[in-house]
Amino acid sequence: MPTTLSAVASIATIVAVLAAIHVPLGSWIHRVFTSPTHTRVERAVYRVSGVDPDSEQKWSVYLLSVLAFSAVSIGALWLLIGLQGLLPLSLGRSMNLDTAFNTAVSFVTNTNWQSYAGEAGTGYLVQTVGLTVQNFLSAAVGLAVAIAVIRGLAREHNDRLGNFWVDLTRGTLRILLPLSVVAAIGLIATGVIQNLTEPTTITTIAGGQQVIQGGLVGSQEAIKELGTNGGGFFNANSAHPFENPSPVSNLLEILLLLAIPTALPYTYGLMVKDRRQGLAMVGAMGFLGVGAMALMAWSELSSVSLEGKEQRFGPIWSAIFASATTSTSTGAVNNLHESLQPLSGGVALLNMMLGELSPGGVGTGLYSMLVMVVLAVFIAGLMVGRTPELLGKQIGRREITLAALAMLITPALVLLGTGIALMVPASAGALSTTGSHGLSELLYAFTSAANNNGSAFAGLAADQPFLNVALAVCMLAGRFVPIAAMLALAGGLGRQQRRPATAGTMPTHSLSFVVFLVLVILIITGLTYFPSLALGSFAEALQ
Amino acid sequence: MAFLRQALAAARLLLVMTVLLGIGYPLVVTAAAQTMPSQANGSLIVADGTVVGSSLIGQSFTGPQWFWSRPSSSDYAGTTSGGSNLSPGSSAQQQAGAEREKALIAANPNAVGPVPEDALTASASGLDPHISVAYALWQVPRVAQARGIDPAVLDSLIEASTDRAPLGYLGQDGVNVVRLNLALERQ
Repeated sequence: MPTTLSAVASIATIVAVLAAIHVPLGSWIHRVFTSPTHTRVERAVYRVSGVDPDSEQKWSVYLLSVLAFSAVSIGALWLLIGLQGLLPLSLGRSMNLDTAFNTAVSFVTNTNWQSYAGEAGTGYLVQTVGLTVQNFLSAAVGLAVAIAVIRGLAREHNDRLGNFWVDLTRGTLRILLPLSVVAAIGLIATGVIQNLTEPTTITTIAGGQQVIQGGLVGSQEAIKELGTNGGGFFNANSAHPFENPSPVSNLLEILLLLAIPTALPYTYGLMVKDRRQGLAMVGAMGFLGVGAMALMAWSELSSVSLEGKEQRFGPIWSAIFASATTSTSTGAVNNLHESLQPLSGGVALLNMMLGELSPGGVGTGLYSMLVMVVLAVFIAGLMVGRTPELLGKQIGRREITLAALAMLITPALVLLGTGIALMVPASAGALSTTGSHGLSELLYAFTSAANNNGSAFAGLAADQPFLNVALAVCMLAGRFVPIAAMLALAGGLGRQQRRPATAGTMPTHSLSFVVFLVLVILIITGLTYFPSLALGSFAEALQ
Repeated sequence: MAFLRQALAAARLLLVMTVLLGIGYPLVVTAAAQTMPSQANGSLIVADGTVVGSSLIGQSFTGPQWFWSRPSSSDYAGTTSGGSNLSPGSSAQQQAGAEREKALIAANPNAVGPVPEDALTASASGLDPHISVAYALWQVPRVAQARGIDPAVLDSLIEASTDRAPLGYLGQDGVNVVRLNLALERQ
């Protein structure tokens, strides 16, 4: 098949499958979070945890629960990795204290940046009891926050956003867990390993020595993609044949990481009782996501290099994976992003810089897009001289301040962080190359951390105290400042009365609004990041 | 106080979830995986009673009698996976490509056509088990001469070791070098 036709067919396949599953999956998520009954297992979980599942929380208490849960998770994971040497099934692997801190923050914030190599830093116990668990829970936290924010938009005269513990438990046990079991078995059928055999040295056909790795990879791989986490069991991540053995597993992994973020707008439409709102949102996400995918495929085909790519995937399916993983908050890689053509490397950066909303991470994509919807409504209101409204709720000073805070925190972290790091000898010395590509390496690291993505221009020697701590700070602020701002925003909107739509109301479901929204996203991102992209990827592409 | 109360609930919930997701879930999946022992255990290849490799993990082959794998940053050691992270336009990458090309042409004097791209570039994992069909065919004259085998036999072995892209466009065709060389050894 000619390559252009192959690329079109490949992208069309992904769009078609997602279009087919987003309605049933979105409805299912809606049912999970609106059902009045608890299952027996859930009741037991609430009893052991000592929480009352039937009391709802104000936004401030909901946020406090999110923060408490994440703080405890970071502490526990840091401790587990720190004590790895004393625990069984560790295979003698270990991490420095700062690497362990970075890793704990990384997995709890759904970033899954890895400054360690999977095969060297973590034994089977930490991978399973530590990292796999946080792969579920960090995704469930994002999902819970998104649902709480939607409740604020959907409700009237109500200052409650739901119960965090219930949302967390249901998201985990009713959505992520069953889907992961099925996905894991599917992945194992294609050749992903699932065993507790220690790495064994064998004699190869030509008489050499080779280590064959083992591990509970299938169970971790499934939730790594489904929860838009992205932390690889192995250093090579989804390029490793034991994580991603064939074109079929590759397709499955791409679909898994896109599934929930693409379905959530449908859930949103159902919850606010106006499905057109969800359709408009998924339209904007889809336009940006497919556009980036096509641009990267074109760039990789216009000048083919197989450096950093696997033969079984080739340029097209490497580009598609790279685009999908950076436009969600996944950060898994099936090829080395640093070895992409400069233009596709730039698009990968841009995908993250958009704020990861095309379609974004599990939950995070939806509320990141809502930030932009609020901004678009506000800007459009200014342009036509009308009071900005979203779903009959007035977007006033408080709302716009919070949305702006949620929007501005990541560029501030990325640009200030990269700038500071360039001046610190320790991090400047970590670059694998100089010039515009070297700048991109550092810019990519801070963009990836602040947007909770986790992929890397992996030539950067990131495992050193300064970068471990600086990137951990970016991951924390990039995760929890937008969460706090969005919960506060939703809390305020929930208290408001819904105004009836009049002839003067600007619809937020029309095609013209979707176009306007996309333009707002592109212009805001463009203005913020253009200078840094111009000095990095664009300059390199022109060389 | 409020935070401490929340943190206590968080700690208890985390503990319960760790049991369910960190122990229960992997055990259930591992049990189910036992219905597919070959895949779950690494698609190992056993020859004469001993494991000689995995059909998913590439191996290093040198010497004229073997089909060679792609360049690898780790020489297929299997300990730490990964690649070069070099930008395609960088001088380091250009130089590495030129050196590989020179060495390949010197070692394959009777090869027909240009050196295929995958022969000049290192994979992402350093463990790529595949090469392109073009690179396999490119190596046929050298292997045929070294082993004294009819090139047509090698062509059919290559055909038998080729993993086709599903539906023709999901990924790329690739010749599994491990399986190919094992078949060659059994000739």
